[in-house]
Amino acid sequence: MEKFIKHTGLVVPLDRVNVDTDQIIPKQFLKRIERTGFGIFAFYDWRYLEDGVPNPDFILNNKKYVGSSILIAGPNFGSGSSREHAPWALSEYGFKVIISNSFADIFRNNCMQNGLITIELSNDKIDLLMSNAIKIDNYKLTVDLENQQIYDQFGFESIFDFDEFRKESILKGLDDIGLTLKFEEDIKRYEINDAKIS
Amino acid sequence: MDENLTMFEKIWRKHIVSEPTNQPSILYIDLHLVHEVTSPQAFESLRLNKREVRRPDLTIATVDHNITTDETRTQIIKDKIARKQVETIRENCKENNIELFDVWDNEQGIVHVIGPEQGYTQPGMTIVCGDSHTSTHGAFGALAFGIGTSEVEHVLATQTLRQRKPKTMKVDFKGTLSKGVTAKDMILKLIGQIGTAGGTGYVIEYSGEAVQNLSMEGRMTICNMSIEGGARAGMIAPDKITFDWMKGRNKVPKGNDWDKSVKEWKQLETDNKAKFDSYIDLDCDNLEPYVSWGTNPSQVLPISGVIPSPDDFKEILDAQSCQNALVYMGLNTGSKITDIKLDRVFIGSCTNARITDLRSAASIVEGKKVNNNVRAQVMPGSTLTKLQAEKEGIDKIFKSAGFEWRESGCSMCLGMNPDILSPRERCASTSNRNFEGRQGKDGRTHLVSPEMAAAAAIEGHFVDVRDWK
Repeated sequence: MEKFIKHTGLVVPLDRVNVDTDQIIPKQFLKRIERTGFGIFAFYDWRYLEDGVPNPDFILNNKKYVGSSILIAGPNFGSGSSREHAPWALSEYGFKVIISNSFADIFRNNCMQNGLITIELSNDKIDLLMSNAIKIDNYKLTVDLENQQIYDQFGFESIFDFDEFRKESILKGLDDIGLTLKFEEDIKRYEINDAKIS
Repeated sequence: MDENLTMFEKIWRKHIVSEPTNQPSILYIDLHLVHEVTSPQAFESLRLNKREVRRPDLTIATVDHNITTDETRTQIIKDKIARKQVETIRENCKENNIELFDVWDNEQGIVHVIGPEQGYTQPGMTIVCGDSHTSTHGAFGALAFGIGTSEVEHVLATQTLRQRKPKTMKVDFKGTLSKGVTAKDMILKLIGQIGTAGGTGYVIEYSGEAVQNLSMEGRMTICNMSIEGGARAGMIAPDKITFDWMKGRNKVPKGNDWDKSVKEWKQLETDNKAKFDSYIDLDCDNLEPYVSWGTNPSQVLPISGVIPSPDDFKEILDAQSCQNALVYMGLNTGSKITDIKLDRVFIGSCTNARITDLRSAASIVEGKKVNNNVRAQVMPGSTLTKLQAEKEGIDKIFKSAGFEWRESGCSMCLGMNPDILSPRERCASTSNRNFEGRQGKDGRTHLVSPEMAAAAAIEGHFVDVRDWK
């Protein structure tokens, strides 16, 4: 997994609720057998017009937000399908952090597996950051995972919750499976007992 | 022990391999279902790390998501990238000694249809799959949930998952359903009430008279759509209906082992005094058939309803969501649900394509003709379901009414194969998601029960199936 420690980046506001994983990466792109190659298809139906030309009305195509790496969106981000292609697409597009009022469970898990940081903030903070990202040119936020802090240069500062175990893995770029395999003896014992019962 | 435990808690405890301090629990997985779309990267990574599949005997695979629903699929899949994906799962299963139900096997079908059908799915189990509708299997009193590809790899390598314990919610469906009202209407009503994130962080246990009276297929429909309410898992206590449905299936215990298993499974139900973190009651006595009008599964109305206005919503975000949905769906505030005209009807998916779903829909269309403006299709949930339906003459009923009778697969539920809507085509669908573009770019999906979809196919617009003659 890619490490994440601290990141400062340009913020793009996606003012939509219930952004589902079908929106993040439509199904016609799920046929690939690789983990890569999804970034250009992220938000495909919103991002491109029918002839494949970028849709000038979609926020990611706005010149102001080119190179953004922090996405702020409305509540229930990542709902729907369990496709991990969604975080793969977002990461490859260049996002390091997604901020929302709430995330769907499977999507958040998938993000953590890929070192893509999901931060939940209260409605008023989301509103403030959204409006900053609209009003202020080149608006940047800094995310410090170790201290679970997020802040800008204008005085905004907040802490955020993050699963301790996942934080440790992401800070160090650890391999989840390797960590579980340290419990090989426990797994074996479970299997032997289980076989005895049934 | 005189502790009072929920069914979820009993299954959770039994499967704990280890509970390391400050770490998520390591949970043993009894059954891992694999399909072609969310597994190739997991197998590839396993290979790169020189790891093996720990328990191929607890893993089964099928092809369902990207395959076509025409008969030529046993010879060739024309889409090269889709073909490569199918060939990849074949190689991965062969290399790792995993049983694969392929396009030419009778046991092939949508992964959440074949698990129960073959008797792999059993009460008390932990079941996972790289698919969010894994919640379906909870209908048997199993703890079943969807995972991502990295977690698929984790299960392949360790037969365990790292999990923080979810909260529990009890949804009590009280009363009795009227004729023509189904499990689909129960779950759509619930999602309309709690919203698409109402169940986030929870495992839901469904109970109450209306649930106890449902067939196993109806129970699967309810558990299937738990994820549309945000809950990763839904479950229902196993009872006589469950055991009768399971008995004699391919992979269930036989003889004395069966009796012993049933005795154990009966212990799974939630203890009387067990506490849940949250409770919801829903009355089913006056429940109407439901239809989704918007672009998420909480935007639903009873058949007697009219399309709302953004002004009807207190929350700004809901109003905005309504506004977006009206534009995308091409609907006007104030128009009746029964005035919505359809271009397509899709009876299929892991939500509603089992044999009883097909029987119910067939009983609606028998002796009638599909409306001239509608293209109607049936994609049975599995090949065995298709064969059973053909044995019963259900295919003939559909075909003579003007429905297309096709091969099994996920098909137009997610439109990964060529079965998709054209832009602005409007579809009555028995599937689970009405997201923008889900069934095809700019396609318009209305979620309904099989009975409602069948009646809409005949009339060309939605009708109240309770009045069907």
